[in-house]
Amino acid sequence: MTYVLTSDDKPLTGFGALRAAVSSLDPRMRIVMTVFYAITVVALDDLRVLSGALILSMWLLAISGLPFQKTLKRMAMMDGFIIFTLILLPFTMPGTPMFSVFGFDATWEGLWRATEIALTANAVILAVMTLVGSMEPVTMGHALFALKTPERLVHLMMFTIRYIDVLREEYLRLRTSMKLRGFRPGTNWHTYRSYGYLVGMMLVRAIERSERILAAMKCRGFSGRIVLLEEFRLTRTDVLFAVALSIALAALVCAEVTYAAY
Amino acid sequence: MPLIELTDIHFAYPTLDPVLEGASMRLEPGDRLSIVGPNGAGKSTLLKIIMGLLVPTQGMITAFEKPRIEEADFHELRRRIGFVFQDADDQLFCPTVAEDVAFGPLNLGKSKDEALAIVDDVLGRLGLMHLRDRVTHKLSGGEKRLVTLATVLAMEPEVLILDEPTNALDPDNYARLVEILKGLDQAILLVSHDPDFRAEIAPEGYRLENRALVRL
Repeated sequence: MTYVLTSDDKPLTGFGALRAAVSSLDPRMRIVMTVFYAITVVALDDLRVLSGALILSMWLLAISGLPFQKTLKRMAMMDGFIIFTLILLPFTMPGTPMFSVFGFDATWEGLWRATEIALTANAVILAVMTLVGSMEPVTMGHALFALKTPERLVHLMMFTIRYIDVLREEYLRLRTSMKLRGFRPGTNWHTYRSYGYLVGMMLVRAIERSERILAAMKCRGFSGRIVLLEEFRLTRTDVLFAVALSIALAALVCAEVTYAAY
Repeated sequence: MPLIELTDIHFAYPTLDPVLEGASMRLEPGDRLSIVGPNGAGKSTLLKIIMGLLVPTQGMITAFEKPRIEEADFHELRRRIGFVFQDADDQLFCPTVAEDVAFGPLNLGKSKDEALAIVDDVLGRLGLMHLRDRVTHKLSGGEKRLVTLATVLAMEPEVLILDEPTNALDPDNYARLVEILKGLDQAILLVSHDPDFRAEIAPEGYRLENRALVRL
């Protein structure tokens, strides 16, 4: 998702090119731990514990070696998607009124719920960005394959990685040639029709290209299976990292249970 | 015995006028032939027919002393004939160069280690070792072209078919390609609009004229 949001970067280079410290860890372990992390954090609801989770995510970011500002900026972009839910929540939850705007009461319960969602979302997205987002997409594909993700899905992802740039360049070439012939988008039928042609032409070209690729693959003896080359090794650092993170998660769960008892 | 023999090939794309009518040719071991003809004459079509990617409406394809009629006949043929496509982006579909070069050998049933050994060997021979772990779509046009050649050579074909291999090559990469091709011992069938390149690699050959092949 982060790729879609930052138009200045080339698609699919992401943070992978940064060679952050975290990228030396086994990608399989990172994916699995991210899943555990997300499940645990989503299950928490005490605000104090969730704050702890966010601090844990920040700590992950700190040791990952990713650029602080850039990563937090991307996290803030994700907040853009949920901001309206967060603002509206206090007004839609029934409970003790806090203040009222145009006759609509904002409630404390709603505010707490909104804070809870914001904390959960940010803690999880930050962990995903540091642990999984720092992977080259190709590595992620291989790691997913090693984790027994269905082969077809992995190949689908790999082909997307390989050809999204080709399609993007095709799109840019077509756009440039439109621009060079004086095309200025506006709110009129000519614009709609031209965009229609553009999208249609890209579809046609994509289909033709896929046929040529299949032909090229057949010429090299393709029979329906692609064998992936990369092999991963779980090192002691990986195990240490996984254990440390598990302990931290267990501590969060303990805290949640303890607070819930009061 | 010829490696490839086409006899009286007829072909037409659905709803269009015929492209080939009675085209015949042979490629003997050690031959280096080029096929010339204007744009749209059907040169690429002819190459696709040889590879079994298109099915002729009439005529015989014989390769390595066997008639090739059904899709299954072409499986073995494709292992023995290496085809370098016009657009390198069509051929390089794996994320990294090493994986792309290994794709063919893995399809031939080689183990991972054997495939990797072939990758190193082929890239070493072509002087492309520095590209081994590069991401394919980030290569330059010339690098892509040389890598496509490596992906095909990794299968150790007996015949090499090249469709416009000099497209978008700078003089350096052009010289590299000529040097590499001259050092190979495979029979070559070349389609190229570049007269200098043809003179260097495959001066003899056929002209595609009036939907048939004429020996030059």
